[in-house]
Order: sequence, then structure tokens, then C-alpha cells
Amino acid sequence: MSGENSIEIVDVTKRFGSFTAVDNVSLSIKRGEFFSLLGPSGCGKTTLLRMIAGFEQPEVGQLILNGDDITRLPPNERKVNTIFQSYALFPHMTLWDNIAYGLKIARRSSREIKSEVEKMLSLIQMEDHAYKKPDQISGGQKQRVAIARALINKPQVLLLDEPLAALDLKLRQRMLIELDNIHDEVGITFIYVTHDQGEAMSLSDRIAVMNKGRIEQIGKPGEIYEAPRSSFVAAFIGDTNFFEGTVAEAIDDDYNRTRVDGLGDVICFNDKNIQLNAPIHLSIRPEKFRISRDQPEAQPKHNVLSGVVEDIVYLGSHTRYWVRTGDYRISINQQHGRFLLDERPIKWKDHVFVWWHADDGFMLEQYSESDEQLMTLPDAPATTVS
Amino acid sequence: MNHLAAKRKSLTEWLVTTPSFVWLIIFFVLPTITIFAIAFRPTNIDGGIGGGWTLDTWRSLANPNYPVIVWRTLRLSVATTFICLAFAVPCGYFMARVRDSWRQTLLLLVVVPFWTNFLVRVFAWRELLHPEGWLKQGLVFLGLASPDAQLLYNEYAVLLVLIYTHLPFAILPVYAAAEKFDFRLMEAARDLGAGALRAFWNVFIPGISRGLLTAFLVVFIPALGSYVIPDIMGGPSGEMIGNKIAQRTFSDRNWPHASGLSALLTLAVLGPMVVVLMLQGRKQPSPGGEKKT
Repeated sequence: MSGENSIEIVDVTKRFGSFTAVDNVSLSIKRGEFFSLLGPSGCGKTTLLRMIAGFEQPEVGQLILNGDDITRLPPNERKVNTIFQSYALFPHMTLWDNIAYGLKIARRSSREIKSEVEKMLSLIQMEDHAYKKPDQISGGQKQRVAIARALINKPQVLLLDEPLAALDLKLRQRMLIELDNIHDEVGITFIYVTHDQGEAMSLSDRIAVMNKGRIEQIGKPGEIYEAPRSSFVAAFIGDTNFFEGTVAEAIDDDYNRTRVDGLGDVICFNDKNIQLNAPIHLSIRPEKFRISRDQPEAQPKHNVLSGVVEDIVYLGSHTRYWVRTGDYRISINQQHGRFLLDERPIKWKDHVFVWWHADDGFMLEQYSESDEQLMTLPDAPATTVS
Repeated sequence: MNHLAAKRKSLTEWLVTTPSFVWLIIFFVLPTITIFAIAFRPTNIDGGIGGGWTLDTWRSLANPNYPVIVWRTLRLSVATTFICLAFAVPCGYFMARVRDSWRQTLLLLVVVPFWTNFLVRVFAWRELLHPEGWLKQGLVFLGLASPDAQLLYNEYAVLLVLIYTHLPFAILPVYAAAEKFDFRLMEAARDLGAGALRAFWNVFIPGISRGLLTAFLVVFIPALGSYVIPDIMGGPSGEMIGNKIAQRTFSDRNWPHASGLSALLTLAVLGPMVVVLMLQGRKQPSPGGEKKT
């Protein structure tokens, strides 16, 4: 079969009673790739991972590891290892024995085990703690031991089930870099399950966004973020503004004029070849907008709207504005440039102009209104001025 | 912490522990010492305890019948304990893994025998194993026992009922430990290459070790002291040390002798308990982490 694919998932379905956890999923993951399964809880990402590990059996479909069908193999006969969310270190064993466990099972010579375990301990910089028990070390250290315990078996694929979820923010950021370094060092395929878009974006070569047991979109982090296929992907990864309208006029091959009810006409980049009078849904990320009190110079392919600032949230690296224009409340991120004392900042109830380039609006193939609930800052905070 | 606060803390600890300490002294330590002491007293003519001190009792404990009975007591208790544990481990494992609704039912089934009086249950076994009993008849019918086989009044009958009565006491602590066990550890072991059985031995058994130790104690110690079961089921060839103690107390009215036997039994019970406590103490990891040598 295909030589460059590490794992192939073919039409896999898994049900628990009447609940379909994984619904006809197909996926190919390349050798050495850092691949993430991203989605909200209950989307089937963990079930998919557990099927690859061998803890769950699919009702339908096939799992192929380096060309071999492993669908019916028990977990101990698969050349994959798992980092569990809870780490699952054996509490009655020392860290040394934990790391050595896989090699002991494989009946390797004690000399070999010793040298391999020492190599791993130095990789995770835990040489001084080798004879401690798991309950005597910190969360970050447990995490590293779990990685060492898995990697010592030289798996063809390493499965990571929300491995950073139990750590605090600073440690999570450090472990993120460490994981990335380890992946570069060992060069094997990583399959990483997470609900945290930030983790998935910063680590992955490719991401599969999952929703309700199905894969919504597969792509590089940039593609997923900039060119979301559905409103789910657009709203789950980062924040966005949705606009609903119909195509009113084709300007040229690439651009058309779209009538958005309650807002007016906007110019859209038409990469989906949508016909006249067809309904469309547009997603525009908050950081794609510019905002100013002064009217911008007219430029081609730019849309300019005017509105009133309803809310402002200062977020350190940027400020989020909610601007009322027509029937819409647009959320806008403005990064801070040089901080100028004499600059008059935008305030509540200021009349402002909002503009964006037509290329920054992205047409969605699928739209569902409920997806608007997914955004991290879906609406203004409670301090709304009345 | 300053000196005064430390002092106050130790005073509080004293106040809190004193009642239970006094309780233990009055109802456990003193009676035990009394029993040991009586073993060094002579008997008197009324079947009471005479004055002065003597080693007569201890000399008579050298009676060649005793080693046989002590050996049988140990053998039956050890066999009961291990067979109970062997049943309790899979039961506990299963009960910890089934759905919640099932688990409640199974727990109820384990506890149900306690609703019937202990003596009644033992007599019921006597009826079952009786030559005319339907269990015996059934076995004969199936060709598993010869018509003149004696199922009652032997060591095996005693062992059977010992296991029957002690099994719930073994299942409950094993189940309690298994219920707290993190079964993801088994998955981790499987993931690292261990087969199902290997994962069970390497991870599950050590994981419930405290429950196993408790089960061991609550089966082994009462089994050693059993007296009703061998009395009803065993006859002379199934006697245990508890029967001898009862005999010396009630029939012979030889209290020093009964005390001597009780003292022996106490020592036999304390022995394994000390071993278990030492094992449990060793399981506590030292705060600095021990170095492997």
C-alpha cells in the first residue's frame, strides 16, 4: 500500500448504544507528521484515538498501520504507544521501573534495559528522580515520565490524549515547546488529541477538526484558520463574524457584490464560483478589520462601513471593539502599535469607520446558526451601555 | 511554628487520642494480659482458679494431641484464606467494572447471607451434606459421589463451610479497593505491551494490595478462632483449637488450661498481624525517595 502513510483510517464508525461517537471517518496520516485531532468534548476525537490504540473496536472500517491491518489486534500487539491525559503512571513502581516496564515486558536483557532507561531519563532530564514514586513528583515531571515510558518502546506512532490538559498555563506553554522538540528529535508520527485550538495550531503539521463524530475539515493550521470550510470550523478556531446575504452582481471573475440584509452591499472574493442570487454566508475574522474615527481614503476592493462603538475590552496585546452597524454587531480586534500619550483612544459611543479588504471575507460552504455559540468572546460582556 | 503552638498541638493530640487509648487498655490489653496470667495459675477443686503460680498448664500443653490440632487449625485457616482471596479477587474486579445498576445488585447479593442467622446457615449446610440431604443425593445421582461416601464430619466439610461463611468478608474489602482502582492503569500496561493477564498481575493486584491485606486479616484471624463451624460440621476428626478451648472451659472447667490454649492462639494471630503491619509500613514510600541498591 502507500509507503508514505503511517496510519490510514478507512471508513471507521463506532457506536456506543444509540450514540454514534465516530461516524464514517477516513483519514491518512503521513509518516513523521505531527497530526492533531481538534474538537469540542464529545466530538469523537478521543474515541478515534482509543481505536488506534486498540482500546475500542470500530463496528465498521479498517485501521492500517504502515500497510498492516491492525483493526482487530489487541493493544499490546500494536506498535503504537499512548500518553494518557492522567499520565497513568504505575503508582507502586519507581519512575525507573515505570520507564523500564515496556522493555521488561519485551524481555530485553537487563543491561540493555539499564542503558535505554538511562538514555530516556537524560532525554527528559529526570536522572536525579529515577527512584522516586510518581506521587512524589510534580505534574510536569509526570508528563515527561509518561513520554519517556512510551517512547522507550520506539513506537511507530505516538498517541497523545490531551496531554497538557492537567497542567497550569505557564507549564503548558513550556511543555508545548518540549513536545515540539521531542517530536523533532525522535521523528515518529504524533497523533495529538486536544480541544485547545492554540495547542493544535502551534504544534501541528496538519489538523483534523472534528464535530459530532465527523471530520469537518483537514488542513494545515493556516488553511484551517484562514479558509474555514464551515461555520463550525470558523467559530471553533478563533473568533469570527458571520454575515448572511445573496449575490447581487458579478463584478469580474473573482469578485462579486453581495447584498447583506440589514447592512448593505459588500464586495466579496468569490473563490467558490457562486452564482447570481445564490445565498452565501461570509466569515470575517475580527483582526481583519481596521477601525478609525477618521474616514479612510477610498481604495479598490475595500469595504467601508460606519457605526457606533458599543463595547470595548482591553486584552493587553490587543483591544476588542464591538461596533454596531446596521443590524450587525461586528467584533473587531485592533492591535496596539506604538503607545502614544497624546493619541485620543476610541471610546464608547464614538462614531467610527470600519473597513476591510474583500479578500479577507471568506465564503463558507456550510453554515449552522448554533455554531455562533462556540466563540470564546461571543458577545459583549455584561457592562453593555444602554 | 513557635514553641507555644507546638506545645498546644501536642496537648490537643493527647486529648483526642486518650479516650480510644483508654478503651483499648480496658477492653483489649487488660483482658489479654489476664488470659496470659491465668495460664500460669493452678486450677482449684471447684473448677475455678487457684492461688499461687505454676507452670503445670504449659507442661500439659505438650500433650501430643495438640500439635495435630494446631496444625489442622493453621492448615484450614490458611486454605480458607487463600481460597477466599482467590474467589474475592475476580469477584471484586468484576463488581468494580460492571454498570452501576448491576453493581448495586451484586453488592446486595454478597450481603444477603447476613440476613440469615449464622447458626441457621451452618445447620443448613449440615442438612445439605447429610447422607439423606439432597446435595449428597444429587451428587450420588450424577455419579460424582459413591452412595456410602461421608460428606459430613471431616476436614473438607469444615473447610467448605469456613469458605462459605468468610467469603463475603473477603469480597467486600477487595471490592472496595478495586472500586477505587484506576482502570486506566490497566490500559497503560496493555498499551506498553502487556497481555491482559500480565496487566492484571503487574498493575491490578499491586493496586488493590491494601484491600487484599485487609481481606487476609479479616478472614485468617476469625478462621483461626473458629469453633462453631468445626463443632457442627467437623466431629472429632475436624476439630480445631477453638473446640479444645471451649471443651476445657465448659466441660473440663480447667480455666488455666483454656487460657493457655487461648494464649497460644493469640500469639498465632499476633504473629501474622505483625508481619502484615510491617509489610504495610514498608509500602509507605519514604519522603526522600529510597535509593535502589
